[in-house]
Amino acid sequence: MSAKDSSFVSMLITLVVVTGVAALSLGFVFKFTEEPIAAAKAAKQMRAIQGVVGDYDNDPLAESFIICKEGELFQKCETGDKTSLTFYPASIQSELSATGIQTYSEKGYSGRIEIIVGVDQEGVIKNIEVVSHAETPGLGSKMSSPKFKDQFIGWKLEDQPIKVKKDGGKVDAISGATISSRAFSDAVQLALEAYNQSEQ
Amino acid sequence: MEHYLIILVSAIFINNIVLSRFLGVCPFLGVSKNTSTAVGMGGAVLFVMTVATIVTFLIYNYLLLPLNIAYLQTVAYILVIAFLVQVVEIVLKKVSPDLYQALGVFLPLITTNCAILGVAILVVQNEYNLMESVVFAIANAIGFTLAIVLFSSLREHIDRADLPPAMKGVPAALIMAGILSMAFMGFAGLV
Amino acid sequence: MSKDISIKDNLTKGFFRENPVFVLLLGLCPTLGVTTSAINGLGMGLATMFVLILSNVVISLVRNLIPKKVRIPSFIVIIASFVTIVDLLMAAYLPGLHEALGLFIPLIVVNCIVLGRAEAFASKNPIGHSAIDGLGMGIGFTFALVLLGGIREILGNYSIFGFKFMEADGILMFILAPGAFLVLGFIIGFFEWRKLKKA
Repeated sequence: MSAKDSSFVSMLITLVVVTGVAALSLGFVFKFTEEPIAAAKAAKQMRAIQGVVGDYDNDPLAESFIICKEGELFQKCETGDKTSLTFYPASIQSELSATGIQTYSEKGYSGRIEIIVGVDQEGVIKNIEVVSHAETPGLGSKMSSPKFKDQFIGWKLEDQPIKVKKDGGKVDAISGATISSRAFSDAVQLALEAYNQSEQ
Repeated sequence: MEHYLIILVSAIFINNIVLSRFLGVCPFLGVSKNTSTAVGMGGAVLFVMTVATIVTFLIYNYLLLPLNIAYLQTVAYILVIAFLVQVVEIVLKKVSPDLYQALGVFLPLITTNCAILGVAILVVQNEYNLMESVVFAIANAIGFTLAIVLFSSLREHIDRADLPPAMKGVPAALIMAGILSMAFMGFAGLV
Repeated sequence: MSKDISIKDNLTKGFFRENPVFVLLLGLCPTLGVTTSAINGLGMGLATMFVLILSNVVISLVRNLIPKKVRIPSFIVIIASFVTIVDLLMAAYLPGLHEALGLFIPLIVVNCIVLGRAEAFASKNPIGHSAIDGLGMGIGFTFALVLLGGIREILGNYSIFGFKFMEADGILMFILAPGAFLVLGFIIGFFEWRKLKKA
């Protein structure tokens, strides 16, 4: 096996060629997959919205708007950041039927969790879908199971602050994952507060 | 300040890089046969992880993102890490021969230590700023050192234990790592 | 005739005799990290196999063009490129699995199996053999991951490949981090026991 001699020039050329070819081919694959990746993300978002708002005949994705929290107030704003919520209004024949609220908590066991809470016009929870989390498989990850998240259905802000039982609320925490349950409840609470304020 | 403390504590104890994230398991099993080599490896990781995280952070935010080529992340990072390990080795040899004596043998092993690349990528995923990234890198290196040093002293004991021949060595070490990992789960309520 | 045997041998050695995980103890990080279920193990195994075969082929193709001293950096770039390709393709066409495997996809780069085979086999052998070596090792790695993931899923969740066979919660410990170490320890112990019995 006669590998080439290692002169400085030949080494330099080899490395430049190898990285050049690698970068070019990756650029090509990236261009090729850019659209499917964006489409997959949008489809996932759409499925989550569909899961929480029920029937509609508009395009909630196109009509979505961003709500930012400034001090104690929630206001519409132009560009979102890590602390903003997104509202997806669903309507039937131009009449608002429900709203999907993308909300978050930074207090998950392994960082940020994002969920979409669906509420009807009165601010009563219709359903909740988990968008992203990094919680422990088998523990915190159970937040996406119906057994946990379905207990929130039918609740609204006036009922009482949404907290786990340990903190004086009425949410049944996932056993062994109080921190995840707490973060989930925080996110739901935030969504309801934002919805109720923006209604007024 | 409290924010940094939380990053520190959770990276060392709760999401320990070896025992809960499973990064850097190869050196964890490979060089944990006695405590002094374990300490040496820990030191080398601390050094490289901190420098690598800072450099990759700068490259990602000031080169890859502005040029819109974030998809080259993996290629860029692994090259930077391989390059850095070489530079650290050369600089250390010149500047501090003593330190080089202590860490030298571990440096080449570090390129393929997935903990280094893992932390560099986690920093991007968690959207940390530079200061948070540095704290995160140091905390993970401490977590790695803590796990590997604890483990090495346990291994020195278990090597003398009377075990079924098939379980001697790696199998016993893995089961012990499992028990150690269970013990670390007890830290879960800390933050 | 002898060539047939060597191909078969080349293909099956990764299964038991030279199983990359259970015997050679390579690539333990992804092995422990992603095997919370059989399906995750399968996905990771196939992704690694893809990288192994293609990087083996390309490295074998250019093995005589690359100067010795820059061999390793060149190999790493080639491997990292294929890893990124897998990463992008999975994000586009298998988004669910991509999310479940997360951090461990880019980490295929530092999986010692891939660089190990590139250096030990592909840099010295012709393309055909290198491809089969990659396939064989890939199958062995996938087998290991599915076995570990399957055992953990059965014990920890009372299900296999997502199908629940008992309506109960399972022994959670096996899905969590300690379970990975414990199950792998016992499997490697079993392989050692087989080896000792034969000798």
